[in-house]
Amino acid sequence: MVKDLADKYGRTRESLMPILQDIVKKHNYLTDEAMVEVATELDISAAEVYGTASFYTFLDTEERGKNVIRVCKTITCSMKGKIDIISTLEEILKIKVGETTPDKMFTLLETNCIGWCHKAPAMLINDMPYTDLTPESVIDIIKGYMRK
Amino acid sequence: MNSKALTKVDLIFESIDAREVLTTAFSMPNEKIIDQVLESGLRGRGGAGFPTGMKWKFTAAEKDPEKYIVCNADEGEPGTFKDREILDRVVYKVYGGMAIAGKAIGAKKGFIYLRGEYRFLLPQLYLELHKFHKMIAEIGYDFNIEYRMGSGAYICGEESALFESIEGFRGEPRNKPPYPTTSGLFCKPTSINNVETLVTAMMIIAKGPQEYVKLGTKDSRGSKVFSVSGDTPVPGIYELELGMTVQQFVDEFGDGDTKAVQVGGASGFCVPRKKFEETIIGFEGVPTGGSMKLFNSSRSMYNVLHNYLDFFAEESCGQCTPCRVGCQQLLKGVEKVKKGEAKSTYLNELVKLADTMKVASKCGLGQSVGNAFKSIVENFREEIIY
Repeated sequence: MVKDLADKYGRTRESLMPILQDIVKKHNYLTDEAMVEVATELDISAAEVYGTASFYTFLDTEERGKNVIRVCKTITCSMKGKIDIISTLEEILKIKVGETTPDKMFTLLETNCIGWCHKAPAMLINDMPYTDLTPESVIDIIKGYMRK
Repeated sequence: MNSKALTKVDLIFESIDAREVLTTAFSMPNEKIIDQVLESGLRGRGGAGFPTGMKWKFTAAEKDPEKYIVCNADEGEPGTFKDREILDRVVYKVYGGMAIAGKAIGAKKGFIYLRGEYRFLLPQLYLELHKFHKMIAEIGYDFNIEYRMGSGAYICGEESALFESIEGFRGEPRNKPPYPTTSGLFCKPTSINNVETLVTAMMIIAKGPQEYVKLGTKDSRGSKVFSVSGDTPVPGIYELELGMTVQQFVDEFGDGDTKAVQVGGASGFCVPRKKFEETIIGFEGVPTGGSMKLFNSSRSMYNVLHNYLDFFAEESCGQCTPCRVGCQQLLKGVEKVKKGEAKSTYLNELVKLADTMKVASKCGLGQSVGNAFKSIVENFREEIIY
């Protein structure tokens, strides 16, 4: 896969971000093996790849589930009931913030402002934003993902 | 004081015939485009407020045949969401603004750096981009735009960090000078403009600068898209003429119990109720990239400050010591004061630290942490201590 991505984006340094982003999109996070492979394709050191990846919150270098939930914790979402959203998610998924479910289906994280303050509280599941959340709507949303 | 009445405007989201505007722009001499933008008084809509026409003029003056126009769509300031709305509703005007800017400075290539949080918009943005490229080809002009994605780093909204990110590196700001107009993306002369700035520039070319200067004040020309959130019955996006006071803003958007408005996001200023009347929203008063957060009397300003400091401690890139250590110490410091582990006078030491960060930090992040910190501590000192 890494070779295909390098063929697609090229093997210069500026291809690094798009390649890493595509790997995360497909495999949820960057394994050590994947980063070494990218380094080989781009002919740079693996430390350069890890150093770049670890700078970016969305380029996870730790194991993540198939669906990464990022609940906004910045001020407006925090004022509008983020705590209830988190506790609902912890309850239904039976994990704490920062953890992944044993079946590797969900990872629960907090994140900084995602740009939906007028419809707070909000969260992202993978790329998709969910807004005006209530504990009830969160349960429906998660059940939807569980059925998929 | 010369404040203006609160007036709603519809310039950014108004439909226009892009083909007609671009055909006109492409037939104009480059200097004329720049002169019109200069005449309009337009200042960058991302928050820093650098005169757009000057930026274009400096980039145009560079001799390098390879130049770039970059659209900064890494909207990450807490409380700001207007660029997402602009991209969602009128992205063709963003593309048009980039083509006009490209013409003015002599760039044939544009990049849009879109924050990872807005990736869900990409399919429709590409659809519109395809249409745009087709239209440009039909007009017989050569200009091309590509997207580059961010990956959840607030600092990449800082222009030189954004270039580093596109080039495939950690998003750490560069030393300035050289400024982007001389050495920006791939070390080539680059004009980097905010999403809203590019749309506004296109509207100035469409309507003429004389129409535009009718709006706003001497220091803050025109209108601006505001992102309104917090304790308001009507959160959302509003385009308003610049020059109103915070009081006028609160009269329109408040819930009747507003005690403070945070203007310009976490890196902006907190205006307390007693200063609503005298504070103008704009470059003569409190500047803003559009973030307007209202807090009513049920809110603890300690929680607000703590949330901002937590945000900065996480988002500081860590490259320079004043910002990396400063953000952490401000956060720990207010926690200590709140818990009674440090005397209330310790806040004075923290204010000095915020001042040091302003002069010693490498980029705008560390330099502006003190804005929110000082304005909240000075105006709501008792809420921080007790």
